[in-house]
Amino acid sequence: MSVEAPVKKFTIKDYKSDLHNDWCPGCGDFGILTGIQMALAQLNLDPDKVAVFSGIGCSGKTPHYVKAYGFHTLHGRVLPVATGARLVNSDVTVIALGGDGDGYGIGAGYFVNSGRRNVDMAYLVHNNSVYGLTKGQASPTLSKGKKTKSMPEQAIQDGINPIAMAVAAGYTFIARGYALEPKHLAGIIARAIEHKGAALVDVLQTCPTYNDLYTKEWYDGADLPEKRSRLYKLEERGFDPVVHDVTDEQEIVAKKAAAVVKSYEKEPIPIGIYYQAELPTYEDALRQRIPTLAEKPLVDIDVFHRDIDALLEVMR
Amino acid sequence: MQKNRLTWMIGGPQGSGINASAEVFAKACSRAGLRVYANIEYHSNIMGKHSFYRVRVGDEDVRSYQEKVDILVALDHETLVGDGDHRRWPTHYGHLHEIDSGGGVIFDSEIGYEPPADRSDIRFHPVPFMEIIKSALDEVGKGEQARRYEILKNTVALGATLALCEYPFDLVAEVIIGQFKGKRSEIGQLNVRAAKLAFEHVHDHFDCAAFPYRLQPNPDRKPRILAKGYEIIAIAKLRAGCAFQTYYPISPATDESVYLERHQRDQDLLVVQCEDEISSINMAVGAAHMGVRSSTATSGPGFALMVEGIGFSAITEAPGPVITMYQRGGPSTGLPTRQEQGDLQFVLHPAQGDFPHVVIAPGDLRECYQDVFSAFNWAEQFQLPVIVLPDKKLAAIYTTIDKLELKYDAIERGERFTGSEWTPYGAKGNDLVEQDGHTGDGHKPGEGVNEYLRYALTEDGISPRSRPGTPGGRFWSTSDEHDPDGHITEGVEMRIAMMHKRMGKLELIAKAIPKDQQLALHGPAKADLTVVAWGSTKGTILDAMRILEAHARSVNFLQCRLMRPFPAADVEAILRKAKRLVLIEENYSGQLGSLIAEQTGVRIADRVLKFDGRPFSEDEMVAALRERLDGKPEPKTEVVMTHVR
Repeated sequence: MSVEAPVKKFTIKDYKSDLHNDWCPGCGDFGILTGIQMALAQLNLDPDKVAVFSGIGCSGKTPHYVKAYGFHTLHGRVLPVATGARLVNSDVTVIALGGDGDGYGIGAGYFVNSGRRNVDMAYLVHNNSVYGLTKGQASPTLSKGKKTKSMPEQAIQDGINPIAMAVAAGYTFIARGYALEPKHLAGIIARAIEHKGAALVDVLQTCPTYNDLYTKEWYDGADLPEKRSRLYKLEERGFDPVVHDVTDEQEIVAKKAAAVVKSYEKEPIPIGIYYQAELPTYEDALRQRIPTLAEKPLVDIDVFHRDIDALLEVMR
Repeated sequence: MQKNRLTWMIGGPQGSGINASAEVFAKACSRAGLRVYANIEYHSNIMGKHSFYRVRVGDEDVRSYQEKVDILVALDHETLVGDGDHRRWPTHYGHLHEIDSGGGVIFDSEIGYEPPADRSDIRFHPVPFMEIIKSALDEVGKGEQARRYEILKNTVALGATLALCEYPFDLVAEVIIGQFKGKRSEIGQLNVRAAKLAFEHVHDHFDCAAFPYRLQPNPDRKPRILAKGYEIIAIAKLRAGCAFQTYYPISPATDESVYLERHQRDQDLLVVQCEDEISSINMAVGAAHMGVRSSTATSGPGFALMVEGIGFSAITEAPGPVITMYQRGGPSTGLPTRQEQGDLQFVLHPAQGDFPHVVIAPGDLRECYQDVFSAFNWAEQFQLPVIVLPDKKLAAIYTTIDKLELKYDAIERGERFTGSEWTPYGAKGNDLVEQDGHTGDGHKPGEGVNEYLRYALTEDGISPRSRPGTPGGRFWSTSDEHDPDGHITEGVEMRIAMMHKRMGKLELIAKAIPKDQQLALHGPAKADLTVVAWGSTKGTILDAMRILEAHARSVNFLQCRLMRPFPAADVEAILRKAKRLVLIEENYSGQLGSLIAEQTGVRIADRVLKFDGRPFSEDEMVAALRERLDGKPEPKTEVVMTHVR
């Protein structure tokens, strides 16, 4: 009879670092941080087996507040750094995150290419339509003609639609959450982490300091005569984002089209999962190419005793 | 009669397959115990523009090219006369003028070339290339398809050459067959037939016995390696235990990554083709932090995108990556397929702020092998990015190497936190630096903590690194200035301590790298002229010195190899003792000269510079050195050389 060691049950406390937090009071980042910590607890992941990567900006400080391996990288480059790390050690859960300027502006190329690569990791984008840490300039998601109190002029360029872009880029899990509903967000993040493949979670977020357009009150619909939220949950309206037969090209196209249509709905804005398909990941393809990877992660393979004589022999 | 010493050149439009024929020729010579130095010049173009491959063969070591050509094979008209007839600004004047008196030309009789009357000093051999191809195809019932097999012209060229210098045909047949294995062996046989028919045609139609050049197998044949620089560099990466290579396609660096990609399966190496070089460098940094030896390969334009990643690796003390940075002609897109040593100052100062990194510039293929291998050790021991700086010439030369071995062959992975065997810093004799009343782990001295800190302020500045996934080895890391925890700090004391921690590594590295890997003085300790140079001009300078020494001229050569940290004291000592100095570089501004002036205060006024996209020839080098030995020009001159005559 085998005796199994009791599995340690991690709680949200196990993912909290004791570093003093310097975000503005009421920042949406707090909700996202809580969402991440709740998701990790839900999945009961060992903090020593989790690595959180971030870009630059207010959101970039998130890993410092999570008790796990934390990498605060460069502006816009979080996805390449996280991808390199993930490919080397598939035993570690990799979570990447950054702001909307980071991901959809300076990092747009990596946002697109990470979708088509379909590496197994979750990518959270803190989407508040402004560059907070540089005091509130328009971010790539702010629509044309909008002007926050921090901007001298209206936005002269249009905002992008990250959900539709993610669909086109090839992300196999696409969702949107709301920072001030951390419980709902945690559920989405947990699903994104569990998903095998590239998962985008665009998180609508308030910036109480610079964005006076999309405030908590605005999302709550406090200004609307009927006082209803400007958000609704896709799952509550029976939206089915999942591709059930991934060999059926038509189903994939139909589900992608439905996600894109949903992504253009304005008021109310859908949150929840827009699209999900279990397709072969980049790592699956690598295991075909390099059979040893099916046995263990790259970092554990002994590459220090290679036989290079055969390579030299053909040069004679 | 000149035996076993000749330069053979084949020229034709890009895409006509001259590489195949030159490389078979080179290999056939190498297998026969001869030394080979082959270099290719080609345009940044897929099809049609002029390219040529030059193969120098010798009994003794050949490390450079000579300008004169003994046998020229012309697959087209342009190879002989240049492109002046169809370009407003000619890019070249053909190779006819490079042929030495007594030499020969083999050309396709179909190109309608009339040998000029003023070159009666060379022999012209028109050969009906297509007819020969057709005959070979007729034998297998494919004679009607001759036009589809134009690529066989290369093999015809080869067969014709061998007949002219009376080389044993079997040696070449063996090499050709070796190139076409398995399903393609039929094509191999067809190539051998075409070559054989060309061999016989030339034998029957020309007086080969009177041709003044001979190639004969060397009975004292040693098994040598015949390799290109990028192959040697790739093999060094495999030998060093590199597990992760990223790249974005760019000339002339791509070949290295493609070579590695081809060996992914049998060597357990992951090669990732990225969306750009920013991605390449950052993936490699991520992989290095994760615990593998990682690297990337690029050229100037790609490196220009990588620079923020270099600073990122340095401030986060990533154990890598190793970057092989193949120089080509700049600036901007510049001369994508041509030679230049134009990026030394760039790689020395790639990014904002002061940070430590290593730059080493190997001078030949054996040094490429050693330096790339060592680079991975330094990256992990000192936790920083290491740049190895070859160039287009080193990447593409195809040359014989006696033996490929590592003088310094131990794998050194540096200090690591592995969890189970972890002991507090003090117990390891790795004293923590006191900082603001606290030791580098954030506790008061003597508290005896057992907490792992990724950026602990240790005595020597190296903090043991942990690998994500290791129990108890958790850490944070940031591109911001940080404290021992890896959390952001803007505190004055910590900033100063961390700068000292990182920058202090340069001194450790200078001590750790063997002197003979940092610099070398070739030739006699005292000489009338001291040449100062770096990188791939090494072979050319050594060849020129051999010629000058044979004429009892006294020259030595200071080769600078480690560029950062720079061995300033050793270099200065040599420079101060020299009778006369000349700086030789393949760039516009004399970039090593600037580094030497900055580091030693010695300014070398006499400079021979070349920036026309072509490497120095042996002839140019001999002429430049001889002029200086003769006391002219005045020691304060700057000479710009160009191969265009």
